[in-house]
Amino acid sequence: MKKQNLILLLIFALLVVVPLVLNPNAEYGGSDGNAKVLINTLVPSYEPWFEPIWEPPSGEIESLMFTMFAVTGAGFIGYYLGTLKGKKS
Amino acid sequence: MFQFVFSAGQLTYAMHIAEGFLPKLWAFIWFVIFLPVLVMSIRQLTLKFNEDQSNKLSFALMAAFAFTLSSLKIPSIVGSCSHPTGMGLGAILLGPLPMVAVGTIVLMLQALLIAHGGITTLGANAFSMAVVGPFVSFGVFYVLKKMNINRKLGVFFAATLGSLSTYFVTSLQLGLAFAEGNFLMATAKFLGVFMFTQLPISIAEGLLTVVVYNLLSQTNQFSTLAGGRES
Repeated sequence: MKKQNLILLLIFALLVVVPLVLNPNAEYGGSDGNAKVLINTLVPSYEPWFEPIWEPPSGEIESLMFTMFAVTGAGFIGYYLGTLKGKKS
Repeated sequence: MFQFVFSAGQLTYAMHIAEGFLPKLWAFIWFVIFLPVLVMSIRQLTLKFNEDQSNKLSFALMAAFAFTLSSLKIPSIVGSCSHPTGMGLGAILLGPLPMVAVGTIVLMLQALLIAHGGITTLGANAFSMAVVGPFVSFGVFYVLKKMNINRKLGVFFAATLGSLSTYFVTSLQLGLAFAEGNFLMATAKFLGVFMFTQLPISIAEGLLTVVVYNLLSQTNQFSTLAGGRES
């Protein structure tokens, strides 16, 4: 089981690394601004009718928010599994 | 064609439709379709919570998994980033209906705190991610189980296909809204863009789902978690 999970995580790591190696010059971006371009090419006249109520002031703050979500989730998963493991032994 | 995929891939931002980027009529229609399912989901959750307090823990676990996975922006070979949905695991273990509420919470927080997706497009985004995704995952898992396919492979395909189906629906939604008289053409364009970006990320989601499934299956709690579906 442990070995299987290690292999699965290794494949996951490869999925992340391979694009960066094979396609190093890509932007790997994508922002709301870019998404607008795609819709604008199809329907140039389209105007969004609502703006986000609040936007993170910078990419750094945005990644802070994402990290907070990920850490909260992962922390809980760890707590859950750890508690059950402790109960078992 | 290849060039088109590469350049078009950079125009997408994950799968959520951005704030204000669905015409009012379509935003409204998707809310009308989505809200009844959310009500059913909340009802079922209330029942489950009243039945057994420990259900709250398993619900929180599935929400935690969804929060973590939907925060992982992963690069795709076409040169853009997207993130998994994290809906598959919960759909398999708790059933698809409770995941509707989980997915809606994730989407709301992302819309409010990261300006990711949107409040006006919540109906459409929730329908693709929190309704279609979990139901497809659940269906795939169920069918593969009936066919006696290896359980872990079943989990993998359920999570991967559920994730892909979300982007498929997003493409349809955008194709419908921006058809300009040619729905198939518009949808094909959005599909080309979304599916190529998303395929490796959905596979990544499948892998991570099996990893956590493995960890959970080691605990005694798991048989309770899986309910009648594990037998």
